[in-house]
Amino acid sequence: MTTLDTLKKSDRATIVDVTGDDGIATRLMEMGLIDGEEIQLVGFAPLGDPIEFEVRGYRISLRAAEARRVVIQK
Amino acid sequence: MTAPATTPSRTLTVALIGNPNTGKSTLFNALAGMRSRIGNFPGVTVEKKVGRVEWDGNQIDLVDLPGTYSLAPRSLDEMVSVDVLLGRQSDISRPDAVVCIVDASNLERNLYLVSQVLDIGLPVVLVLNMHDVAQSRGVTIDAAALSQKLGIPVVVSEAHRRQGLDDIRRAIVETAERTERRPDSLFPALFNEECNALAGALEASGCDGVPTYLLERMLLDVHGYVESQFEDRTSNFDLEKHLTEARGRLREAGCRVPAVEAKVRYQWAREVLQDVVIRPKERPATGSDRIDRLLTHRVGGLAFFSALMAVVFMAIYAWAEPFMGGIEAEQEWVASLVTGQMSPGPFRSLLVDGVIAGVGGVIIFLPQIVLLFLFIALLEDCGYMARAAFLMDRLMTKLGLSGKSFVPLMSSFACAIPGVMATRVIENRRDRMVTILVAPLMSCSARLPVYVLLIALFVPAEEPVKRGLVLFAMYALGILVAIPVAWLLKKTFFKGETPPFVMELPSYKWPSPRIVLVRVYDRAQAFVTRAGTLIFATTVVVWAAAYFPGDHSQADRMQAEIEQIESSDKVDDQKRLDQLQRESNVLKGELIELSALGRLGHAIEPAVKPLGWDWRIGVGAIASFPAREVIIATLGTIYSLGGDVDEESKGLRGALASSKWPDGRPVYTTPVALSLMVFFALCAQCAATLMVIKRETNSWRWPIFTFVYMTALAYVAALLTYQVGRLIV
Repeated sequence: MTTLDTLKKSDRATIVDVTGDDGIATRLMEMGLIDGEEIQLVGFAPLGDPIEFEVRGYRISLRAAEARRVVIQK
Repeated sequence: MTAPATTPSRTLTVALIGNPNTGKSTLFNALAGMRSRIGNFPGVTVEKKVGRVEWDGNQIDLVDLPGTYSLAPRSLDEMVSVDVLLGRQSDISRPDAVVCIVDASNLERNLYLVSQVLDIGLPVVLVLNMHDVAQSRGVTIDAAALSQKLGIPVVVSEAHRRQGLDDIRRAIVETAERTERRPDSLFPALFNEECNALAGALEASGCDGVPTYLLERMLLDVHGYVESQFEDRTSNFDLEKHLTEARGRLREAGCRVPAVEAKVRYQWAREVLQDVVIRPKERPATGSDRIDRLLTHRVGGLAFFSALMAVVFMAIYAWAEPFMGGIEAEQEWVASLVTGQMSPGPFRSLLVDGVIAGVGGVIIFLPQIVLLFLFIALLEDCGYMARAAFLMDRLMTKLGLSGKSFVPLMSSFACAIPGVMATRVIENRRDRMVTILVAPLMSCSARLPVYVLLIALFVPAEEPVKRGLVLFAMYALGILVAIPVAWLLKKTFFKGETPPFVMELPSYKWPSPRIVLVRVYDRAQAFVTRAGTLIFATTVVVWAAAYFPGDHSQADRMQAEIEQIESSDKVDDQKRLDQLQRESNVLKGELIELSALGRLGHAIEPAVKPLGWDWRIGVGAIASFPAREVIIATLGTIYSLGGDVDEESKGLRGALASSKWPDGRPVYTTPVALSLMVFFALCAQCAATLMVIKRETNSWRWPIFTFVYMTALAYVAALLTYQVGRLIV
């Protein structure tokens, strides 16, 4: 068990949980990051943050601080 | 349909909602045509677009709601859509139907919002847009099966090709006749029981008839907007405590808030799409993915971005120039036409220096606005704008902002007006407000003539490097000041939790010329009609202050004589003409000194003296508040050179260089020139920017705030510059 920000380029993982109950957690879940869903890291922005992912067949950008809220299983 | 087409049988209100990047605005424009009214919802910064059209004898008011992924409001701005759909928005009647537009290539996530809209209970038409994109990715959708499963009409459309519009219109009119029906709750029984309990508790404290959707929101959105709204409305009832306990009970029963909502809605979406959508097991690598790899690349991506921004900047900085020159020439032509037809007098002065200058002062900004929005619309429509925010986010977080603030702030270096208007891409209100409030600190192109004139005064032409350095320092000053100002604003007026930067990176596509042109037209029209009138009014007011009081009869007589000699082509009168011109300029200089503006300049001399300025510079600075570039012409008038001078003019430079205090010391020393430049760099001397801020923030509070903080900042910085400079030089 680790969090989404620890993935490397092209790594895939399965989402286990999104922590917290604030606006960020809600937005992550609204965008489809919920347990059981598979997610892949596509790449990093030139300065290392934010990070591009693919989930549910679309591309999404998350800041590392937001990715840290997503618990995953590699 | 027996009713004649001229008298609509009924009026229907139809709301249009959907995720961002689904082609919602395109569909709105296609359905409503160009006759939509653009304004703001009262009390918020959310744009309100209403189009009135007639179909089959029905009058339809089509309301465009902001693009959103979810109807879980966390702010007043986000509440607007929920209020419109629930019929709680005072200026819009409760919708008879909702058109929900979804991206066919990304149905699952789009159905999340659909599920919330259905829960509100209004009749819904689902529009499957971008069907062509879905097909090209090997996704097949059985629209009939989807319609049957959802129990609502589903229309396939390609809005950018204007396909499927008639089907959508027909579906809307038919659907609006249906009765409202809330579908069965997706939530577990326990959750619904908590909803009922909450309704009972609210009723007991004086809030009855709260829509079920709002009750659900109170339970689901921890510290959400609905909760805070009802907290203010209820008396002797601790809503927060009730909700915390209810959420605790739900959690114990394995129904964790807020996760439960995402879980049940995505579960529902998956069930709905079962056997309706067939998509390939592996998402095939598309051309879009390959482009994305290049454009977000560490080196290549940044290089492309820098080149692109250089082009955009050049466009609004340099390419707009000929058009602006053309508008100025046109303005002068009209002014000379009027001058030729009328004899000198207050009415001619009002027309030429007030009205024509005022109209010109509005139109002059159009080339920059049109060019910038041409680029923004192109970049947004092809999907690059989100990548630009992605690339720049890390840099902008240092300012407490997000990547979405980059393009508006960069554009402000050419002109703050399109820059402020471009902040619409920032959906978070606090980030957007801070961006708007610091945008005028960026050194815009109107400051350049002032810098050029003053730098020429104290840096000799033999030192071009030094000249360049001073100019660079002036541009850097704005950025350096913007950093602490943004930081302070974030700590005071706009504090709160860091907004999520969870952003969809849409697939690349070819921009549609039609959408791009409509967007550019919208922005230009909004500027002229909403801000233009105010800019015009300000120009006329300042004209009056510079004209009255004062006896202009002698100056008018001289002017009439000059014009007579000029038109008579008598070469031998050249001497007389020169003399008259000189005398007339001196007289005009005296008149401006006597005017309200001139008196104000004298009155504030004690205040500007610590900056090293005399009353003439004071008048120039005050007269420049509507538009900073007029200082050149004002100084020309004050120094009796006539108003037709520019920053390269030898006469003006000479007059400034030889300008003296009563005791004989020169006025324009290096510290004075620097203090004046610093003042112009930081001061809010642009009525047009303030009026655009008024329009964009939908309040007088923020333009007034911007004016006060920038003027105070400019004063203090100019004071420091002069006082410190005096000690060094």
